[in-house]
Amino acid sequence: MKHKNAKKYGMVIDLDKCTGCGSCMVACMAENNVPFRKDESNKVLSITWLRVYQLTNGKPFPNTDICYLPRPCMHCEGQHEGHSPCVSVCPAVATDYNTETGIVSQIYTRCFGCRYCMASCPYHARYFNWWDPVWPDGMEKYLSPNVSPRMRGVVEKCSFCFHRYQLAKEKAFKEGRREIKEDEYQTACTQACPAGAITFGDLNNPNHAVSRMVKPDPKHHGRPTNPNAFRLLERLGTNPKVYYLSSREWVRRAGDNYLENEAKYKKTVHQG
Amino acid sequence: MSALDNNAKEIAGDAGSDGGATSSPEINTKEQDKGPAGPVILFFIVGLFASLILGWIIFPKLLYSKKKQPIDFNHVMHMAEVEDGCESCHFFREDGTYSGVPKLDQCIDCHEEIQGDSPDEIKFVEEYVSKGREVPWLVYSRQPDCVFFSHVAHVKVAGMDCVTCHGHIGESESLKIYEENRITGYSRDIWGKSIGGFKKNTWDRMKMDDCAECHRKMTANIERTGVKTPTKRLIDHLVDVVSPGTSMSEKGSSVQTERGACFVCHK
Repeated sequence: MKHKNAKKYGMVIDLDKCTGCGSCMVACMAENNVPFRKDESNKVLSITWLRVYQLTNGKPFPNTDICYLPRPCMHCEGQHEGHSPCVSVCPAVATDYNTETGIVSQIYTRCFGCRYCMASCPYHARYFNWWDPVWPDGMEKYLSPNVSPRMRGVVEKCSFCFHRYQLAKEKAFKEGRREIKEDEYQTACTQACPAGAITFGDLNNPNHAVSRMVKPDPKHHGRPTNPNAFRLLERLGTNPKVYYLSSREWVRRAGDNYLENEAKYKKTVHQG
Repeated sequence: MSALDNNAKEIAGDAGSDGGATSSPEINTKEQDKGPAGPVILFFIVGLFASLILGWIIFPKLLYSKKKQPIDFNHVMHMAEVEDGCESCHFFREDGTYSGVPKLDQCIDCHEEIQGDSPDEIKFVEEYVSKGREVPWLVYSRQPDCVFFSHVAHVKVAGMDCVTCHGHIGESESLKIYEENRITGYSRDIWGKSIGGFKKNTWDRMKMDDCAECHRKMTANIERTGVKTPTKRLIDHLVDVVSPGTSMSEKGSSVQTERGACFVCHK
């Protein structure tokens, strides 16, 4: 059921521009009070809402190519609106899909840590707090008051900086507006990216940069019509709202789990 | 014959003695019950009242510690001085966020020097203003960290009055005792004065139920049609399939609850 003026916030990440510097990861952790450990080498235990992966085409020297792929929460829309893998399995109503913004939320105080959502998420976007966060001396004073810190035993993930949406809303309300402008709500990673590889906005609004870049097809769950655009694991039918752009064929193919000898990238793949 | 007679006698005798044996303990137990019944009932009643008093009167007294504000504040007097009502001091910032309890900067304009001779005024200027220390006010309406409340949405957009949630604090001449829940650390104003959870006025409690109560009234339409019963869903679905977009039922923004989303206030 569509709401009037319903937003569908999404992100477009240009992988040709991404240098893999990791600014987005740092900005994200600082913005969202993400706890960290002294030793972050064990990636099973560390928490990174936004994680930059390194892809390679696996070819020897002259032809070798590397691509960095930042991976936030995909905020999947699912086969029908809100049927995200994680939302549909949560037994605690701790994660939810908002039809007004298209954002998949995580309510830490409702989560009891069964981690069913982590098992269901095909993107590994969800992280479990194995410990209460421990901040270095005095750092708790630098935490963002707009994001509540999590406790041991709950799952957390990228929220598309939802608190920034709320702050933008508050500003709009103060100025007597109901709608917020495109540049008023931008995620921390978008603003931190020195290469300008990340674009954020409303996919339902044809004037926003994100919709102009990927031209989502509303008849097919927002599948990109831009030939250079792709979504991760498209064939699963999760219909993510994070799009990637790349002019390189091997990168686009790496976005899905194709078999080695599979014919070619099919745009028409659609799970019923 | 005689043997038979004897047998019969024995049986009769057995029966008689059995009857006597079984009936007499019954009588005995009945007599025993009658004896201490009074004290037992009395003990039960006394115990019941003792637990009720303990639970409803003594426990709440123990549960809340009473704290005094660092200095007293007279709202009535200040309201007479300012022009803009509550918003003169509890104002909205440029970016729409709410300032809440005023900081020293706002007081300093008038209170650079001691005004009048109230001991609280002297304490305020000497302890806080001249030393540049913020007053550690105890905030009656402080909510848990995971609760996000937008004042501007309620006051500016919905046009609500401060009194609806905060009561007539603006008409008070002194600050009341701050009662802190020893277990949770939150103010008693959140749970409300009544330990049983009864309330007469909208400002008696500040729990989520109280938010919901008001929101339910405001969005009565959504609430009534948004209930997730199987029949309701089937009808909605059929209407949706037959003629998309004409369904009368309006749902909340949450996919999980089909009402308002938790994420609006909780993160």
